[in-house]
Amino acid sequence: MTVVTSAQPIVQGKDLNKSFGRVIGLNNCQFELFPGEVLAVVGDNGAGKSTLIKCISGAHEVDSGKIFVNNQEVSFKSTHDARSHGVETVYQTLAVAPALDISENLYLGREVRKKGILGKVFRSLDKKHMREVSTKSLSDLGVLTVQSITQTVETLSGGQRQAVAVARAGTFGSQVVILDEPTAALGVNESARVLQLIKDLRDRGMSIILISHNMPQVFDVADRIHIQRLGRRAAVVTPQSHTMNDVVAIMTGAMTVPEEEQQLAPVR
Amino acid sequence: MARAFGGRRLAFVASAGVLALGLAACGGSSDSGSSDSASSDSSSSESSSESSSEAPAEPVKVTLITKDSTNPFFVAMQEGAKEAAAANGVEITIGSGKEEGDDQGQIDLIEQAIARGDAGILITPMSVNVNAAIEKARAAGLYVIALDTPTDPPDVVDITFATDNCLAGEAIGQWSAGWLNGEKATIAELVIFDDRVVSVDYCRANGFLTGLGVEVPDLADMTSPAKSGSYTTGAGGDYEIVCLEATGANEEGGRAGMEKCLAANGDINVVYTINEPTAFGAAEALKAAGKTIGEDVIIVSVDGGLAGVEAVKAGDIQATSQQYPLRMASLGVEAIASIANGGAAPQNTSANGEFFDTGVTLCTDMPMDTVTSAPQESAQYCIDNAWG
Amino acid sequence: MSETARTTAAEEFANSATPMQKVQHALHRYPWLSPLIVLVVLIVIFAILGFGFDVGSLENFAKPATISLMLQQTVIIGTLAVAQTIVILTAGIDLSIGAIMVFGQMVMANLAVSATASNVTFMAGQNPYLAVIIGVAVATLAGGVNGFLIVRFNLPPFIVTLGTLSIFTALTLIIFKARTIQGKEFEGAQDVMGIMGKDFQIGPFGFTIGLVVMLIVYVVMAYVLRGTAWGTHVYAVGDDPTAAELSGINVKRVLFSVYLTAGFIIGIAGWITIGRLGSASPNVAPEINLETITAVVIGGTSLFGGRGRLVGTLIGTFIIIILDFGLSLAGLDQAYRVLAIGVLVISAVAVDQWIRKVKI
Repeated sequence: MTVVTSAQPIVQGKDLNKSFGRVIGLNNCQFELFPGEVLAVVGDNGAGKSTLIKCISGAHEVDSGKIFVNNQEVSFKSTHDARSHGVETVYQTLAVAPALDISENLYLGREVRKKGILGKVFRSLDKKHMREVSTKSLSDLGVLTVQSITQTVETLSGGQRQAVAVARAGTFGSQVVILDEPTAALGVNESARVLQLIKDLRDRGMSIILISHNMPQVFDVADRIHIQRLGRRAAVVTPQSHTMNDVVAIMTGAMTVPEEEQQLAPVR
Repeated sequence: MARAFGGRRLAFVASAGVLALGLAACGGSSDSGSSDSASSDSSSSESSSESSSEAPAEPVKVTLITKDSTNPFFVAMQEGAKEAAAANGVEITIGSGKEEGDDQGQIDLIEQAIARGDAGILITPMSVNVNAAIEKARAAGLYVIALDTPTDPPDVVDITFATDNCLAGEAIGQWSAGWLNGEKATIAELVIFDDRVVSVDYCRANGFLTGLGVEVPDLADMTSPAKSGSYTTGAGGDYEIVCLEATGANEEGGRAGMEKCLAANGDINVVYTINEPTAFGAAEALKAAGKTIGEDVIIVSVDGGLAGVEAVKAGDIQATSQQYPLRMASLGVEAIASIANGGAAPQNTSANGEFFDTGVTLCTDMPMDTVTSAPQESAQYCIDNAWG
Repeated sequence: MSETARTTAAEEFANSATPMQKVQHALHRYPWLSPLIVLVVLIVIFAILGFGFDVGSLENFAKPATISLMLQQTVIIGTLAVAQTIVILTAGIDLSIGAIMVFGQMVMANLAVSATASNVTFMAGQNPYLAVIIGVAVATLAGGVNGFLIVRFNLPPFIVTLGTLSIFTALTLIIFKARTIQGKEFEGAQDVMGIMGKDFQIGPFGFTIGLVVMLIVYVVMAYVLRGTAWGTHVYAVGDDPTAAELSGINVKRVLFSVYLTAGFIIGIAGWITIGRLGSASPNVAPEINLETITAVVIGGTSLFGGRGRLVGTLIGTFIIIILDFGLSLAGLDQAYRVLAIGVLVISAVAVDQWIRKVKI
């Protein structure tokens, strides 16, 4: 949750290439995320949007090109690597275990053990601590509409599950949260709540990458919009500089934006 | 007659010579059937070895097909066949179904035997589904012997080599009557199945009751005898059947079944077990309940595997009927070798004339004069003749 | 905080849910509740029939000696069912449990058997403690083989364990010649090899060391499953392996360790079996695989993984034993007991399907 004030990108991708056999996912793709902003990534199916995100989240390894986090070159072999650099991802499939409770899900893969001999020798989990922190972080995010922290996730609504997944991404000192289609399965009210959650996270200094097909939502929360086309970055614009129709036009190649008209620098 | 269960087999496998000796010893007893088989066995053995030395270029080929290759009973059978084949210069092919119920596996093996030009087939037929294939083999000139399990109808094969499970049961029933000597028999019956009707199961259990002198209205129904009444063999007396427990014919089933029977009635003094592994389990339960085996209660069984007859010697089992799976297979191999070389076909020798009886011996160190269905021999004798 | 939240939940629940939904929710939260009810009902029925009516020998049902016997009968299925539970929690299944148990048991017995006994293998005459350790280690390794094949080649557990079922059955026959080793053949080693069968009295009740060891296995594994990160990961992997993977759990490592642990428990069960039967036999309890699965399923653990408690498995084991014993004392033909177990299994799976649809 470090707020970096300089104009250095917190995550940067340089000349990223990734192909799957003969299918090219990324073709010399550039990418920059600045601290404390919401960067929307949009693009047609097959534009390399999800490949780009998977490379940044560690799910894929790039064939060539460099990824920097906080100006430090990194090489992500797994999501675990990315996470240890403070890059958390909330997947469309949510990556929550439905039969586990909220607290167990929040801490899944990074459980906290008790102090002393119970934790060291008997590897006993500190459930009380985990439940307290879980409760706190959910209420900090203003999403404590769930009845109990020991409730299993499958008993939650879609929005509540999304909140749990987002809370998990935002709880553990991460700097960057990648949200993959967070509202795709949600109704209008729940979507609005999740969008608010995204803004809250940003206001707390988090940098957010939002992948979405939903233009009105993108224009609602994004500071900048990264438009992916044919495996590379076609343009970066802002909701102020361009209209939704422009963005769609850029996505489909019907319109190009000269570099000087793009928003390559941070707006915040 | 179906398969026997459990037991173990010798690492050392008895040679055909030892078998012939065993048969001769059988012949010395009151069982005339065994005596016949002994003489025919030794003559066929000689003739086959002679002829195989005359024509070494064309060895007699025989296929043995068992139900599976894991049951120790069938493993013993395969060993017996291999030994006899080696001794008689027979080229043996051994195969089995993949498991109980694998009819197709047996049919494939029969067809392969026909294609190979075998002289004969030894088979423990899985079910009526293999009948057609057997008939095809016979039509092609192969001599087919059913081992242990008769086909249905029995004349699908040329002859059946088997052991009489009913007789084996009768012998231990008669022995039990002698031990009781007029006392009330409080009986636990530990059988194999509750969900299947298998001849080995009812033949041994109801044979046991018949030997004791209890009326058995329906041989194929183990629940048909009255739960209480009087038995007639020996001094005669009252009896009560406390329980009929399915055990799966293994140790754990034997122990759990015996425990249930004891919980129902602690006065049980006669325990019938389908085979010796079941008897071992029952013995554990009886010991745990504080019973002295051989004094408070007797355990009788059928099979005669090495561990079983050793237990007779040690006093954990009082009497068991010993059968000879190894002998079944070796006699079968010898018979086919003999026929292929122009010898005579074997004849049925069992009491009912339906199959070639490979014999039963009652193993006990407390011989009873009530036993008439089988010769009685000491545990040590049976250890020397056990199939493993 | 969470306490208040829980009260709110309960209140909300009380206001909105129909009685049926309440039952569904309770079962969802406590999957061992339905087997517990079945167990209690069974005991009550048998006890009433035993005291009030003259049904077979059921008057002996509630006697301490009978209760002791029923408890002792649970040891083999009960211990193996722990191994089966952790495997099923990962949405797997282990069909090789019986074969591995027999194999491990035969390794122990063939090592510990007196070298002077007849027809023993070359390995006979070892220190009995060493024999037990090696036997358990071999079973653990066998579990590891299952795990390795499943993880490394991405094969379905059903297929892998179906294969190893055959392989270990065959190895037992090939290496140990299907030879039963009698207790007395252990000679001096008999006390160690048979210790699990040693009994002791507490009041009118008789227990065995094996029963105590089984209960210890339950307590330890219940703690491991519910109290450690590994346990949570086991549930997560069975619940949704993709989610577990994305959460940074090494799914393959968890799966492998589960089969390894199962192998260890199976090894312990082998030792318990030698104690209970006083001998080591390759033919013991051939249908034990299905019985362990039955115990787990009746105990409320979902075959789809991620759901269930070890205490349910223990209850499931008791149900199988008590139902069988009670109906036996009632003088009922054993076919009816088989029937009753079948009905219970299907009911248990149906209840599982129903409670998975829970909504609040």
